Amino acid sequence: MKKTIGRILSYARPYWPFFLLTVAFVLAGTLLALRVPVYIGRAVDAAVSPGHVDYAALRQTALELAGVVLAAAVFKYLGGLCINKLAFGTVRDLRADLTAKLGRMPLSYIDRTPHGDLIARVVPDIEILSDGLLQGFAQLFTGVVTILGTLRFMLGMNVKITLIVVLMTPLSMFAAAKITALSHGAYERQSRLRGDLSALTGELVGAQHIVKAFAYESRAEERFTKVSADLGEAGRLATFYASVANPLTRFVNGLIYAAVGTVGALGAIGALPWIGAMTVGDLASFLAYANQYTKPFNEISGVVAELQNAVSCAKRVFEVLDAEEEPDDSAAAQASDIRGSIELRDVCFSYLPDKPLIEHVSMKAAPGERIAIVGPTGCGKSTIINLLLRFYEIRSGQILLDGIDTRTLSRDSLRRQFGMVLQETWIFSGTVAENIAYGKPEATRDEIEAAARAAHAHGFIKRLPQGYDTPISETSGLSQGQKQLLCIARIMLTDPPMLILDEATSSIDLRTEQRIQRGFQKLMQGKTSFIIAHRLSTIRTADHILVMRDGHILEQGTHDSLMAQGGFYADLYRAQFAG
Amino acid sequence: MQHLLRFLKPYKKELFLGPFFKLLEAVFELFVPVVMAKIIDNGIANGDTAYIGRMCGLIVLLGVCGLGFALTCQYFAARCAYSYGRDLRDAVFRHIGRLSCTELDRLGTSTLITRITTDVTASQQGVNMFIRLASRAPFLVMGAIVMTFVIDWQLSLLFLAVAPLLGLVLWVVTRKTIPMYGRNQQKLDGISRHTGEDLVGVRVIRAFSRQKQEASAFQDECTDLERSMLSAGRIAALLDPMTFLLMDLGIVAVLWFGGGHVDTGRLSQGDLTAFANYMNQILLAGVQLANLIQILTKAQASSLRIAQVLETETSMQDGTSVPDPSAPEAIAFEDVSFGYAGSGDAALSHISFTLQKGQTLGIIGGTGSGKSTLVRLIDRSYDATEGRVRVFGQDVREMQERPLRRLIGSVPQKAVLFSGTVTENLRVADADASEETMRTALEIAQAAEIVDRLPFGMQTRLMQGGRDLSGGQKQRLTIARALAGRPAVLILDDSMSALDYATDAALRRALETRCEGMTKVIVSQRATSLMHADLILVLDDGVCVGQGTHEALLESCEVYREIYETQMA
Repeated sequence: MKKTIGRILSYARPYWPFFLLTVAFVLAGTLLALRVPVYIGRAVDAAVSPGHVDYAALRQTALELAGVVLAAAVFKYLGGLCINKLAFGTVRDLRADLTAKLGRMPLSYIDRTPHGDLIARVVPDIEILSDGLLQGFAQLFTGVVTILGTLRFMLGMNVKITLIVVLMTPLSMFAAAKITALSHGAYERQSRLRGDLSALTGELVGAQHIVKAFAYESRAEERFTKVSADLGEAGRLATFYASVANPLTRFVNGLIYAAVGTVGALGAIGALPWIGAMTVGDLASFLAYANQYTKPFNEISGVVAELQNAVSCAKRVFEVLDAEEEPDDSAAAQASDIRGSIELRDVCFSYLPDKPLIEHVSMKAAPGERIAIVGPTGCGKSTIINLLLRFYEIRSGQILLDGIDTRTLSRDSLRRQFGMVLQETWIFSGTVAENIAYGKPEATRDEIEAAARAAHAHGFIKRLPQGYDTPISETSGLSQGQKQLLCIARIMLTDPPMLILDEATSSIDLRTEQRIQRGFQKLMQGKTSFIIAHRLSTIRTADHILVMRDGHILEQGTHDSLMAQGGFYADLYRAQFAG
Repeated sequence: MQHLLRFLKPYKKELFLGPFFKLLEAVFELFVPVVMAKIIDNGIANGDTAYIGRMCGLIVLLGVCGLGFALTCQYFAARCAYSYGRDLRDAVFRHIGRLSCTELDRLGTSTLITRITTDVTASQQGVNMFIRLASRAPFLVMGAIVMTFVIDWQLSLLFLAVAPLLGLVLWVVTRKTIPMYGRNQQKLDGISRHTGEDLVGVRVIRAFSRQKQEASAFQDECTDLERSMLSAGRIAALLDPMTFLLMDLGIVAVLWFGGGHVDTGRLSQGDLTAFANYMNQILLAGVQLANLIQILTKAQASSLRIAQVLETETSMQDGTSVPDPSAPEAIAFEDVSFGYAGSGDAALSHISFTLQKGQTLGIIGGTGSGKSTLVRLIDRSYDATEGRVRVFGQDVREMQERPLRRLIGSVPQKAVLFSGTVTENLRVADADASEETMRTALEIAQAAEIVDRLPFGMQTRLMQGGRDLSGGQKQRLTIARALAGRPAVLILDDSMSALDYATDAALRRALETRCEGMTKVIVSQRATSLMHADLILVLDDGVCVGQGTHEALLESCEVYREIYETQMA
């Protein structure tokens, strides 16, 4: 917990001027506010009885008091602004770091973690942290200043009673600490369940069309309400435990009050000579100050709940920030002037250590060659792509690009050499033009249109309500095929030296595909291309066909040689046209 | 907003008892100064040590009671708030289940998720703080006002002058900040959506090496959010100092006019002290009240967003009749046209066909020609804008939705599985599907070997959406999921695109031989997948340009012939 707080503070460090200003303003505002009772006393003294009212003094006091409260209000407001800046700036940086971190994580982390849970850390968790910081800072500063200010006044009146008060203070802190320890676990459980709920919500709301199609609503609801009820229960416990702190400190304050009263009263009747001289008036004002002194303690303990909640959320955020990153390779060699020869040498890979997937795969592709990878689903075709682009790192063996081990190249420069179209389309919220120009944001409208034409997407784009400026998203009603055309246009625009087409045209009808093929042919001219497709007719013209099964390369060769061989490929090919 | 109040109804008891115990605590707190006054008046005046000791014991006792009351209040507050939050969350989720696809498309997934999570939390926090603070502060204010009224009613009118000013400040601040909080929340929605998109598109982003640009886009969004929060904060931060200022100025006025009243003898010096003290008490309670209002304002902004979802009504009225799967006519379209809400163009125009029970319908056509749209009208995901869709001889609009959908097994284009075990996924359509039924479904879908190879077989937990499976594996499991419900109508919406030809052929053979009597609707890009269908619809840009059997279409439909020939080339 201490470590987490330390890290939150390190994020606040760039805002130290605001921190200082906050302290200064709060100090000024609170000290001025503490003087208000003094002025009230003075005013009361100026109005003693009928005929004995000092109007000049009264006016003077009233004016001064008005000035003091005005100044106090201004300082308070400025202090509030600074706290806002401090808290909001801190969480801005934290959130920006967290989202940037998502770009540096290994793919395995992102594939493994429910997206809803990660989103929960980026949005609600940081929000709770922000609220906690805001209240925590505000109460803490005002509280500390009030305590110190009152202490000064009390010391001026009676050192010994002040000592009693100060010595009893740890009691209230001890109580608060005990409760904090108790509620800590409850808060962690709550924020974990919050993540679970967010993940489940994302999943069930995101796939609502499937829920509906299967009339699964009531059972989806059952699953949801179960986690929801657990979260409610955890939240209730956490909040209750934490809210015990406040009454408890208030109780301790009551004890302090009673102690001051007893000692003061006994002192006043002379039963406790070591206290020193004590009048009734002294006792009255001392009690007033004792009250004022203890109040911040319970205000602070009042926000302990928020703070704890904030800390357990922060912990989840730091968990992600601390996750292992892809090693920094900005210093590694850059892939440039690539001719495009690729060689896999005895490559082994598996997602899970005990479940071998790709085993001892070797192959060679000369620059400009067209390599087709075929095989039954789940044979590891798509995994080869994960390895070529180093989304996952191979376990053993080597992948060479122009004779250079790809592990010695920077990942970004390696990936830039490939243009990739996947079966799973990706459309982000933005305009059609922005989606096409994703890989080349500086592209002109003409270039974008040319790419769209080459991908045969121009026609349907023109029919959209605002053409290229139509806002679209994954759920905005484009068909799967239309999305795929946009993804193809994206590649047409960047024109990289090597291509990977993983079922790139699976959702596109054959007539359109035939037309795009011409574009693809042009695009593939002189480029090393990897094509994964089920339509064997589309890969018949490949220079080299790898037939995979269960993570092994079963056969390789050209279409004709493989047909002549009469093996697995020939079976697959005949099955396709058997109808 | 009224909408949400009904969620508090079941917790009337807590809602009453919480503040009540808080009130008791406040009353006991007020006793303490009285006891202390007794110590001063009797104990000190008489030098009675024993009396002082007794009275101090009383103060401690009062404290113990106060502690008990406070804890009771907190208990009720937490119970009420979190039960309310849970009920609200469940209700929003349930409501989303009732909305039709049209409304879901319009609202968007990410905002619905934030409303269920963040907004419900804020609303719940509002209830919690309301119970804990709402009774004490007004009680102290009221008590103090009554006391001052008794002392000098003319002077107490000063409060009545300050009160409307205070009200005005509160009103202006809340009115200004509520829409601002709403905007902040919208920006948060944006960040949440962007994060989700980037997680899904992580491979594309990295393939284009755009991580830095994405990070800087996020940076901009976060800065934008910060700016927006700061400007809301600038106004919200006024509340506290303004409250203090107005109340303190009230005290100044009391002292000034009170001085005059002392001069005329209406007021004693002690009364003036008391008056100023009460004013101070009102001030502190007032500040607490202002803070509470701030929390409630945020809760209100969130509650409005929740209410917005709850108030969204489904555009589809559920029918009353029960579908009868034994009807001889399985599916019929009568001159059906359809356009998505918000887009002017018709996605489908004037489609008519009839399919008998047990027959197979094939739908083929270009990208964006309306194939998926057509099948989504069958299970009433959308309602036809014109014409009539009949399933089992009845208009889909007259039938009860859920029984209808239970008879239809849909396999969507995009294969999505739920987190949970394979068994749980297969039982989505039918919670009571037997082991045998599931096994058969897996075998037909050519998915049995996938499951056999999983580490725990049927009990293997799939990650969210089945992300650890390949596209083809997912598709086969989604087909098995639909079959495990033993549907009367099976709809395959281009759901074999990721399958290789051998698997595709085996699957189609199994569907033919092992699912007799099942009506099938197959959308595909491949003519070979459809050529044995009893009826094939050829769609082009939302229009049916040909229908009939494979042989008839080869004769009569140019578009079909072209598709077939390019594929066979």
